[in-house]
Amino acid sequence: MGIEERDPVSGRKTTGHEWNGIKELDTPVPRGVLIFLIVTHVFAVICWFLLPAWPLGSTFTKGILETDQREIVEEKLVRAAAERASWMERIESATLKEIQADEQLMSIVNSTGHQLFGDNCAACHGVDGKGRANYPDLTDEDWLWGGSLDAIANTMRVGINTDHPEAQFAIMPSFGRDGILDRDQVRSAAAYVYSLSNPDYSTADNIDRIATGRNVYLSSCASCHGEDARGSQRVGAPNLTDQYWIYGGDLQTIVTSVHGGRQGHMPTWDERLTEAEIKILTLYVNSLQVEDP
Amino acid sequence: MSVTLTRNERQFANFISIIIFAFGVFLAAAGGNDPLSVHGFIIIAVGIAGFFFTADALYKPEPTEERLSYYYDEPIKAGVVLSMAWAVFAMFMGVWVASQLAWPNLAFEGAWSSFGRLRPVHTTGVIFGFGGNALIATSFHVVQRTSRARLPDQLSPWFVLVGYNLFCILAVTGYFIGITQSKEYAEPEWYADILLVIVWVTYFVLYLRTIARRKEPHIYVANWYYMAFILVVAILHVVNNIAIPVSLGHAKSYTAWAGVQDAMVQWWYGHNAVAFFLTAGFLGMLYYYLPVRAQRPIFSYRLSILSFWGITFFYMWAGSHHLHYTALPHWVQTLGMTFSVMLLVPSWASAGNALMTLNGAWGRVRDDATLRFIMIAAVFYGLSTFEGSFMAIRPVNALSHYTDWTVGHVHGGALGWVAMITFGAFYTLVPSLWRRERMYSAALVEVHFWLALAGTLVYVFAMWNSGIIQGLMWRTYTEEGSLAYSFLDSLVAMYPYYIARAFGGLLFLLGTIVGAYNIWMTIKAAPLAVPRKSDVPYSDAVAVPGE
Repeated sequence: MGIEERDPVSGRKTTGHEWNGIKELDTPVPRGVLIFLIVTHVFAVICWFLLPAWPLGSTFTKGILETDQREIVEEKLVRAAAERASWMERIESATLKEIQADEQLMSIVNSTGHQLFGDNCAACHGVDGKGRANYPDLTDEDWLWGGSLDAIANTMRVGINTDHPEAQFAIMPSFGRDGILDRDQVRSAAAYVYSLSNPDYSTADNIDRIATGRNVYLSSCASCHGEDARGSQRVGAPNLTDQYWIYGGDLQTIVTSVHGGRQGHMPTWDERLTEAEIKILTLYVNSLQVEDP
Repeated sequence: MSVTLTRNERQFANFISIIIFAFGVFLAAAGGNDPLSVHGFIIIAVGIAGFFFTADALYKPEPTEERLSYYYDEPIKAGVVLSMAWAVFAMFMGVWVASQLAWPNLAFEGAWSSFGRLRPVHTTGVIFGFGGNALIATSFHVVQRTSRARLPDQLSPWFVLVGYNLFCILAVTGYFIGITQSKEYAEPEWYADILLVIVWVTYFVLYLRTIARRKEPHIYVANWYYMAFILVVAILHVVNNIAIPVSLGHAKSYTAWAGVQDAMVQWWYGHNAVAFFLTAGFLGMLYYYLPVRAQRPIFSYRLSILSFWGITFFYMWAGSHHLHYTALPHWVQTLGMTFSVMLLVPSWASAGNALMTLNGAWGRVRDDATLRFIMIAAVFYGLSTFEGSFMAIRPVNALSHYTDWTVGHVHGGALGWVAMITFGAFYTLVPSLWRRERMYSAALVEVHFWLALAGTLVYVFAMWNSGIIQGLMWRTYTEEGSLAYSFLDSLVAMYPYYIARAFGGLLFLLGTIVGAYNIWMTIKAAPLAVPRKSDVPYSDAVAVPGE
């Protein structure tokens, strides 16, 4: 041990130490490593001169460029807003109908609306706005609180069943669970409602139950959904005669809805989105509607 | 295990088991309905098992003095087996969470199988279960052989190993039942953290005592790295985990740090965990098993010195690059960035030193899959450290941060470097430890190598692609100045890459299973009659009895 040897492969000497067979060569640090070391250090020192870098008690070296990430972000936001100002101001000042008539603005609405809808609405209503179980489809002609531009904008602003001062409330009581109707009445009412969108269901076997259900319906449901069961956009009661269902239109789901009641929730957006963004989204949602369903 | 302990050690082990039992009883009782009591019962079970295990051996005959002329390898064997068991478990969890990202329905009812709980099970299981056990096992192996000294006693290594695995089990079971302090890679709560401090101090003292008994005039490089790993991890762990528990009966605690200071302490910890756990420790492994396997001297001792001090010094400053463009003051970010760039030199010097060591042994690299594991590990070490320094540059980070690029970078390091060097080390270590002539099957080592390499490449390429696409989609504007894509659009774009990533992970897992089987079959094979010369201390330097 402790004897320097010459390595036959590299021609270098070993350091003379040996640990359980392991030896080390006494190769000097390659020049490339030293140059690389200098280059990275020069880079670091230049950065320290240019940028905020070293602490000095309660302050720090500001750097020759005197940059600060806060100021950079603020400048970028101002610049971004300025770039959008040309069309943003027009959207802010125009009415929904005016924007809709302006082809150029509508192309901006469509491209900007895609991202706004994706980041704010799609989690519930789906990327394509077609909804999914328990969340309404926005592409059909069936609307809870109205499908006019103003009605869509208003729903977006105040939400559904929220604590917004102008909130829209639509709460269907739990008729079965709260004992308003007995079990049989719940089933009959559901059978009647089911028959409205499924005429085939009105067979001789079911006709009595449907007739009973109609009476239950008229006394307990019609005040919101209307005598003709076509619903009311004034109180957010859905049309029960069509093929559009939020929670499902099969008999068992209708029984569940009548038994347990329903109350959907849509958040308010007036504090999270700007007035212009709500306008863009309103027009975007409106444009999702299928022309010929 | 326990028959290799002296009678005093058995009594002391018995006593420690009773203390562990009492600690468990305290937590279980104080916990009441808190999830803490579940951990109390786990600790009770460990205490009882330890008690009977040691009590059973209490009056068996003591080991003879002859033991002192051999290295103490029993805990190393247990460490290797535990490490491989953790690897299979935690890599399976990795494949599961990766699949959940592609197919979110791959979860059971109940919160325990949700992504948020399984992900730390995977990270803790791999880093601490697989990596930690591998480090502990190999460090015991390396320190004895490079010091030509037996571990100073038989109890401390077992205490370290068992205590450390108890910590890992508390960590992983805790995540399933919702115990976490929400600090990445430092999720376990206060009582588990205290346990780890005790274990870790024992580990450091044990290491120093062994080094102090060395029969070599110089301390080999591998030991510098192992000591840096143990010492710095202790400091990091203590500082980042200073917290006040809600009460002694609650698992929940609140950290002593607040706001951006908390974030900075966390990433000082997080980055140096990468530096000293996943880098320094495994460099220790590399510095021993590479020259042994290649049968070549280390290329340059001077380069080793430069790398060691460069790595230990520069890493400490680099943590703030995890917090670019956040509330952290700009000047701290500049420091983090510049030190990360300077760090590249010692990192590459280490990788270069490893690869240059292979000069004269490239024929062996071609023929020997074990050495190829080590060579590829050094390559990935070089790639990952370059990538890390590059991503630490602020404008680059603006693109890469919060994307899958980070995940790809981490796995380039974890799969390509940490896991590969560990497998290379294990395939060298296992036949020596169990005194087998060779691994059970050289062909299976070859199969493992290609599965691991293919898995790593599929994984990192998938994540590079998806990360850069994500980063670009998030910053693409339309002509009018609006964002072109919603976040959901970027998720949809990730889908094929997430499938590819899960597939890459699956290949890697399959390789690990093949490796575990191969190691198991090697253990079951017949031992050599005479131990290798390198596995016995020099006869003229037999350890002094009674020391």
